[in-house]
Amino acid sequence: MATPTMDKVEAEAAASDHLITVTFRIRRFNPEISADAVWEDFQLEIDPKERVLDGLHKIKWDLDGTLTFRRSCAHGICGSDAMRINGKNRLACKTLIKDINPAKPITVEPIKGLTVLKDLVVDMDPFFQAYRDVMPFLVTSGNEPTRERLQTAEDRERFDDTTKCILCAACTSSCPVFWNDGQYFGPAAIVNAHRFIFDSRDEAGEQRLEILNDKDGVWRCRTTFNCTDACPRGIEVTKAIQEVKRALITRRF
Amino acid sequence: MSDITLQKSDSSGVGPVEGISLYDADNPAPVIEAPRKRTSKTPRSTRGNFEMAAWLFMRLSGVVLVVLVLGHLLIQLVLDGGVSKIGFAFVAGRWASPFWQVWDLLMLWLAMLHGANGLRTVINDYAERPNTRLWLKGLLYTATVFTILLGTLVIFTFDPNIR
Repeated sequence: MATPTMDKVEAEAAASDHLITVTFRIRRFNPEISADAVWEDFQLEIDPKERVLDGLHKIKWDLDGTLTFRRSCAHGICGSDAMRINGKNRLACKTLIKDINPAKPITVEPIKGLTVLKDLVVDMDPFFQAYRDVMPFLVTSGNEPTRERLQTAEDRERFDDTTKCILCAACTSSCPVFWNDGQYFGPAAIVNAHRFIFDSRDEAGEQRLEILNDKDGVWRCRTTFNCTDACPRGIEVTKAIQEVKRALITRRF
Repeated sequence: MSDITLQKSDSSGVGPVEGISLYDADNPAPVIEAPRKRTSKTPRSTRGNFEMAAWLFMRLSGVVLVVLVLGHLLIQLVLDGGVSKIGFAFVAGRWASPFWQVWDLLMLWLAMLHGANGLRTVINDYAERPNTRLWLKGLLYTATVFTILLGTLVIFTFDPNIR
């Protein structure tokens, strides 16, 4: 009778062996309580191979239900859980605890440059407004073809990198120009314009280039490469912006 | 003294009585708006190709200025006795030749426009309120035009026999 109990205790000890204690230092803001944002520390036992998002879930489900953050798919596709983790914009669902030095407190803040509504939730309207302003849809003229619009592999390759964008705002909210001036389109909008400007099937490239030639367009980019570093999809954002600049300069000469 | 303490606790959202908040669900604290937020009503300001021209000018003038300024520093400070040789006679001697007149004129115009355009972008990046932008840019353009005109006037009307 005693043996199974011993086994269970040992199994439990073995199961929690790999757990480590991690401190999450989270930037909390609740306008219904205070006008100030404060840092709050949470200590939890977690497997270092789990993700920051799992830690946030543990806090919300077991420690403090008022913690507010966005996440939908939790697998790096929907782009709703971009946040500033240890001072760098990342997706909480793609960042493993072991990769960001769990010996020190892990700081989690909302992304910068957008209005914080509560805890880690920001107002994304200005971000999506810039996205809408570059016409992120296929524009064609003439009759609809009866088959799909064909394209060579090389033509598809031309804009392959910028099709990967998930609109998480990690790039735009890492851009120092955008922090100070929300009128700038921001890297994400330019990336999504790039995706159609260099698409051989699209016919509104000239129109989009004209939009980005605006005083708040591509010329405000200072090539600090923050956006390329921040992109969780590995898009070469700054390169895309530079390609739009080059297209603007070379199209008339 | 106690007034100041009260004020401080007001700003933190906690009233003078411990535990009573100034804000609740019906009366939330104001959120901090992002500077110059983009909305659907943001006007599309089309200024032709000015921004592109300005961007190109910065690159091209930068390349030319490297040659002009390094050459200038070399002649003025390093070659032929260095800074000790510079005097009225030295400047008068150089400006007797149209080559150095053009060199200095080009350097003056390019450096002033390059610097002014750089500061313009800094103001655009960092000044949030439209009025601040207006005044800073007004000051910048006035100073630039004044310096360029004065420098040009001196180069063209320089008289080596002035008393």
